[in-house]
Amino acid sequence: MLTIYLKKLFQFSRIIFSLFSSQYALMLEYRAEITLWAVSGLLPLIMLALWTGIENPLVNYLELNYLKRYFISAFIVRQFTAVWVMITFEEDHLDGKLSPYLLQPITPFWRYVTSHLAEQFTRIPIVVIMLIIIFSIIPYSFWLPSLSSLIFGIIAIMLAFWVRFLLHWIFCMCCFYNDRASAIERLLLIPYLFLSGLVAPLETFPEIIKKIAYITPYPYIMSFPARLLSGQDVSLFLGFTGLIGWFILLFSISIITWKIAIRHYSAMGA
Amino acid sequence: MSKIEVRALSKSYRVAAKKPGIAGTVNHFIYRRTKEVLAVDNINFKIAKGEMVGFIGSNGAGKTTTLKMLCGLIHPSGGYLRVAGFSPLTRDKKFLRQITFVMGQKQQLIWDLPPLDSIKVNAAIYGLSEKECSNRTYELASMLDLGDELYRPVRKLSLGERMKAELLAALLHRPSILFLDEPTLGLDINAQVRVRQFLSNYNRKYGATIILTSHYMADITSLCRRVLLIDKGRLLFDGLLQDLIQKLSPSRSVIIELNSPQPIEQLSEYGEVVEYDKNFVRLLIPRNDLTSKISSLLIKFPIKDLEITDPPIEQLIGRLLS
Repeated sequence: MLTIYLKKLFQFSRIIFSLFSSQYALMLEYRAEITLWAVSGLLPLIMLALWTGIENPLVNYLELNYLKRYFISAFIVRQFTAVWVMITFEEDHLDGKLSPYLLQPITPFWRYVTSHLAEQFTRIPIVVIMLIIIFSIIPYSFWLPSLSSLIFGIIAIMLAFWVRFLLHWIFCMCCFYNDRASAIERLLLIPYLFLSGLVAPLETFPEIIKKIAYITPYPYIMSFPARLLSGQDVSLFLGFTGLIGWFILLFSISIITWKIAIRHYSAMGA
Repeated sequence: MSKIEVRALSKSYRVAAKKPGIAGTVNHFIYRRTKEVLAVDNINFKIAKGEMVGFIGSNGAGKTTTLKMLCGLIHPSGGYLRVAGFSPLTRDKKFLRQITFVMGQKQQLIWDLPPLDSIKVNAAIYGLSEKECSNRTYELASMLDLGDELYRPVRKLSLGERMKAELLAALLHRPSILFLDEPTLGLDINAQVRVRQFLSNYNRKYGATIILTSHYMADITSLCRRVLLIDKGRLLFDGLLQDLIQKLSPSRSVIIELNSPQPIEQLSEYGEVVEYDKNFVRLLIPRNDLTSKISSLLIKFPIKDLEITDPPIEQLIGRLLS
């Protein structure tokens, strides 16, 4: 019995690896585009400039160093949790590219996941170069997180990516009902920007907004890993429980919604 | 036992019905009207293992929709469907491992990478070992006459090379049922012939069941003994291609080259004159009288050359559908 499971696990790992390597090769073909995408994720650094460049009582309250580390960490988190699955899924759906994927004995979900992971892998050197530039411009903002913060931070970023990806994947199912469902992605951007802590640390929010934010997945996919990396005191238990809980919930929902939505596939354009 | 069994299969779509102009646009924005389109209407057929069947009909007849239902891409509105003993709707992995669907105008190969990259992905998905993958790739590549093309990015390949690489990737897992939708679309004559030869060899070698749609009748006539003729979603004919030709055209076409022009009135005694140009005449002569009429023609007229053919199948089907 164990041998069968191990064989299946090996087979699945081989599929994921081959999908990843082909997607990685594809991403390297488009390295200029990836660089531009990475550069376009500068929002946290713009927020950093805004927060530190103005007379703001909250800046004193939060301590300048904390703000710098927080927004630089948020920049790193954002780079590795970027999700654009709705746009590619809608394109593939409308162009009929989804059809060959659906006829293979593996759900297309893994193609999109590996495509994102390959893109993130391609980003690593670009992000490192950008961090070197940032720390050269503002050297006093440099810090090295502790080993534990770094390890937990990386795990949190990986989980955050999954939670964000699953959230978007569930909304991808709307593509089976509407030809322009990717517009929902723009809608999802609003709570992401507002409630995740991307434009301002959540500590600066009114209590009621904070409470509302914590019943959504957003603080767990941005604020929690960013605070971890920046060396803040955070509850690992609460943070990881939130991430794992959202992961389990969204993963379950994604399986159900896929089974329902796929019945409405019209194989348009194919 | 049938490899494919279809009973009372139907598919209808709801499509938006918008009137032209500004008023139509505003009306459509406020109140969306839709209408039901019956793409496939109550069709029945069975296909045995190893058969090659041509699925013919005009654009929008329901051929591709039927193929999409057979491979499980779309759900039928009604009817019974079994392919390789499975209901395609369940998208069972064992079922998916037995089929392939090649669309002439769509591709599964990764555009910016060489075909071998996509082939390696397929090998992993279908659980083929490295050795199996390279053996099968070599075998199929030889059958398709592919070589260096497998190492060049897909975007750099010609249409014919791309189609052959598509076929290679789609058949790597050695499916026993092939759904082919316009596999020779846009290819030049040589590439069309090569693809036809390949399909014929694949069918013979692996006993694969093949359903093929094509607007090039040469694909159908050279590959398929049996055809399904569909129009406006309804199955008009299911049988041998030869029977269809006889049914549609009880006459044969006789092209005569004369030594000198002859009066049309005399020639028309032997059959219907469909073309008359000085020394060249084309007659339609009923199949039953063909031998006697030809003998008389040869005796009575100074004939330089004579050719007996079936009327072009495109013409016959076109006439029937119009």
